[in-house]
Amino acid sequence: MHELSVTESVLEIACKHARKAQAITVTDIYLVIGRLSSIVDDSVKFYWDMISKDTICEKARLHFKRLPAKLICLNCRKEYELNDELTPCPNCGSAKVRVLSGDEFNIESIEIQR
Amino acid sequence: MSNNRIKIVEKILNANDRLAEQNRQRFDQSQTYAINLMASPGAGKTSFIVATIKALIDDGIRLGVIEGDTAPVTIDSDKITAAGMPAVQVNTGGECHLDALMVEGALDQLPLEELDLVIIENVGNLICPAAFDLGTHSKIVISSIPEGDDKPYKYPNIYRGLDVLIINKIDLLPYLDFDMDYFRQGIEMLNPGLETFALSCKTGEGLENWLSWLKAKLS
Repeated sequence: MHELSVTESVLEIACKHARKAQAITVTDIYLVIGRLSSIVDDSVKFYWDMISKDTICEKARLHFKRLPAKLICLNCRKEYELNDELTPCPNCGSAKVRVLSGDEFNIESIEIQR
Repeated sequence: MSNNRIKIVEKILNANDRLAEQNRQRFDQSQTYAINLMASPGAGKTSFIVATIKALIDDGIRLGVIEGDTAPVTIDSDKITAAGMPAVQVNTGGECHLDALMVEGALDQLPLEELDLVIIENVGNLICPAAFDLGTHSKIVISSIPEGDDKPYKYPNIYRGLDVLIINKIDLLPYLDFDMDYFRQGIEMLNPGLETFALSCKTGEGLENWLSWLKAKLS
């Protein structure tokens, strides 16, 4: 359950940038999470309502943009996405692959009123 | 009143990462090599630490341990101090992982200047600890044979960003259906060239390869 720590960090970053922009309130927060970063959306939302209370971010909506993990086959250069389980290349069956992306774990932007 | 979108693009765990960097500088200043050791409960973290301590004592290497636990039990740290090394217990208060702030607090209680090596035993859990940099020089995961050979395929996240993988309990290989090639293939897909040591803390088999890797880091 590291979602609490994660949610606290999101709040801290959002409040910091909102104050800097002289916001009255924050309405939306956009997060970008790669497939290879583990986080449970519902549990972040649960903590969010509790810890954002009485802050400039209270009632802000959280948006999760999920990015797939992309792999490339070093044998046939085919690019494919990791789904439920890690699999060899669906084109040629080779296990010589590299992970291209999927580790993202960022707060991308916030929407404020001022 | 106007609506504005403000671009941020900041890592969510930025604050932790900054603190981790400070911890790393403290380790560097005292010339102490630091390891973040992660594994599921029962994979053999404490046995691995005790086996490592016993082997290093004879070489005059001074070592400290930071123990992460979700509840205030002292069994793990008792085993470590019984082996003759300073240990600090960090009770995470139910949290599933150590973070850089908890480690910073523990560092104040260790005689860092006198230590060549600090091993941080993370909370027994594979999902959460991986996300939090503690400021160590290397991140190590212990997988054990009874956990099964399909773990890299089902839980790919945890094998990313590691520096060393320990495969423990290889003395059980004759009794379990564990396909080592299949397991290693999954690891290679996620973390190519990952330094891997297959060993048994119980029989001592394979330990010397791990120890020579570690000694090279300490010299």
